[in-house]
Amino acid sequence: MQEIPLSQILFVSTALFFIGMYGLFTRRNLITMLMSIELMLNSVNINFVAFNKYLFPDHLDGLFFTLFIITIAAAEAAVAIAIIINLYRSHNSIDVENATEMKN
Amino acid sequence: MTYNILISLRQELVLTVLIFLLLFIKLGKDRSNESILNFINIALALNLAAGFCCHETAELFNGMFNTNPLIVFEKDLLNLAALIISMQSYAWLKDNKNVIEFYLLTLTSLLGMFLMISSGNLLMFYLGLEMSTIPLAAAANFDLTKRKSSEAAMKLILSSAFSSAILLLGISYLYGTTGTLTFSILTAHINGSPLQLFAFILLIAGFAFKISAVPFHLWTADVYEGSPVAVTSFLSVISKAAVLFTLLNILYKVFTPIANTWYLILVLLAAATILIGNLFAIRQDNFKRFLAFSSIAQVGFILIGISGSSQIGSASLIYFILIYIFSNLAAFGVIAVVSALTGKENISDFKGFYKTNPMLSWVLTIALFSLAGVPPTAGFFGKLFLMMAGAAKGNYGIIIFAALNMVISFYYYLRVVKAIFMDQNDTPIEKLQVPTVSKIAMYICVAGVIVTGLASVVYDYIYSISIGL
Repeated sequence: MQEIPLSQILFVSTALFFIGMYGLFTRRNLITMLMSIELMLNSVNINFVAFNKYLFPDHLDGLFFTLFIITIAAAEAAVAIAIIINLYRSHNSIDVENATEMKN
Repeated sequence: MTYNILISLRQELVLTVLIFLLLFIKLGKDRSNESILNFINIALALNLAAGFCCHETAELFNGMFNTNPLIVFEKDLLNLAALIISMQSYAWLKDNKNVIEFYLLTLTSLLGMFLMISSGNLLMFYLGLEMSTIPLAAAANFDLTKRKSSEAAMKLILSSAFSSAILLLGISYLYGTTGTLTFSILTAHINGSPLQLFAFILLIAGFAFKISAVPFHLWTADVYEGSPVAVTSFLSVISKAAVLFTLLNILYKVFTPIANTWYLILVLLAAATILIGNLFAIRQDNFKRFLAFSSIAQVGFILIGISGSSQIGSASLIYFILIYIFSNLAAFGVIAVVSALTGKENISDFKGFYKTNPMLSWVLTIALFSLAGVPPTAGFFGKLFLMMAGAAKGNYGIIIFAALNMVISFYYYLRVVKAIFMDQNDTPIEKLQVPTVSKIAMYICVAGVIVTGLASVVYDYIYSISIGL
C-alpha cells in the first residue's frame, strides 16, 4: 500500500485549524466556541504526530507533546465549562451576545 | 550531590509545600481567616528571603529546567509582587469564607510562572504557561454571584485558550522544521526559512496575547474590570511580568539568528501598543479599566527596551518591571482598599478624596507620578533606561514617537491627580479604616518607588546579572 505523503496530512491539519478558528469567530454559543478551540488544538496534535512519524522517527518529542496537549485541553475544558455554568446561573443564557455587562 | 537539586528548586518547592499545606488546612478544622492570611504572608516572605541566598547556575532534568542568578532574581520579583498583593487584599479576604481557594488558585498560577521562567524546553514552557493561565481564569470568577465577574472569567479563558492554540501551531511548525524542542539545540537549526518565520510570527502572536500588546489586547479591559481587584493586580503585574521575562529569554537565546526580523516586529508592536493604550486610557472612567489601558501602554515601552537586544535591553526590562511592580501595586492597593470598604471603583468617585483620606491620596499620587514618569520617582529612570536601550539600535523615530506619547500619558495620569486634590465633591468617600497589613504593603510600595530610582545599586546589580544578545 502506498504511503500518504506528509503534505496531504499537513493540508488536513491546517484546514482543521482554520475551520476551528472560523467556528470560534462566527458561533455565538459558548459550548460550540469551546468545541472550536478543541478542534484547533486537535489539528496541532495531528501536526505533531505527523512530523514525528515522517521526519524525526528516532525521537518521540512530538508524541509526548501531543499527550500533554490532550491532558491540558481536558483541564482547560473543565475550567471553561465550570465558568460557563456559572455564567448561565447569572445570565440565564450561554450566548455571548447576552454577556455585555461591560461595554464601553 | 543529591541535595543540590533541592537548593536549585527551592523557590518552587516552598510554593508546592505551601499549596499542599493549604489543602490540608482546608480539610482540617476551621481556623480564623486572620491566622491563615498571616501564615501565608509569612510563608511568602520566607520564600522571598530564600531567593537571596545560594546563587548558582544549574541545569536539571536534562535541560528542561534551568536556573541562574538572573532567573532566581526574576522569580524573587514575582514572589515580592505576590506578597504585596496578598497583603493588600487583607481587607477583602478577611471576611471571605473561600480564602483558601483564592490562595490555591493564585499560588498554583505563581508556581506555573516559576516553571515557565526556568524552562529550557518548549514543552516545559507550554506546560508552565497553561499552569499559570488556567487557575487565573478560575480566580477571575471569584465573586461567584457578580455578573461582571463571570463574564470576565469567560472572556479570559476563551481568549487564553485561543491564544495558546495559536502558540501551539507555531511550536508545531518550529518542531517540524527543526526536529527538536530544546532551546539550546533549537538555535543552531534556525535559518529563517519561510515556514520558520511563519511559526515565529504565530509564537509572537501567542505571546502578544498574554502581555496584551495591540492588536491582541481586546480582552484586557473587560477582564480587568470584571475581576476582583486582587486578581486584576495579579493579572496586570505578575502574569505580564512572567511572560515578558520568558519572551526576553526566548528572543535573546533562541531566535538570535533572525534578530533583524523580530526587531522590526517588536518596533511595530510597540508603536501600536503605546498609541492605542494611551488613546483609550484617556476616555475611561472605571479605575480598573483605566489602569488596564495604562498597563497596555507600559507594555509598549517595555517592548522598545527589549528591541534594543543588548545587555542594557534586558537589564532595563527587569529594572522597569521592578518599578512597575511597586508603582502599579501601590495604585491597585489604594483601589483594593476603597473597593473592599465602599464598593466604589470609578475615577469620579475619587473627587475630593484628599480631604477625607490624605494618606491614601498621597500613595495613589506617587504611584501615578511614577507610572507617568515624573523625574524624582523611579518610573522616570525606568523609562529613561528603556529608551536608551531602544535608541542603541539607531532608530530614533520610534524613540521620538514614544517620548511624544509619554506627554499624552501625562494628561490622563494627572487628570486623576487633579480629581483627587482639586475637584469639589459634596459626597466624597468617607474616612476609611485601612488594615495595618495593607498599610505596610503600601509603605513598601512607596518606599520602593522612591528608593529604586535614587539608589543606583539596584540597577548595577541587575545589569551585572543580565544577559545580552
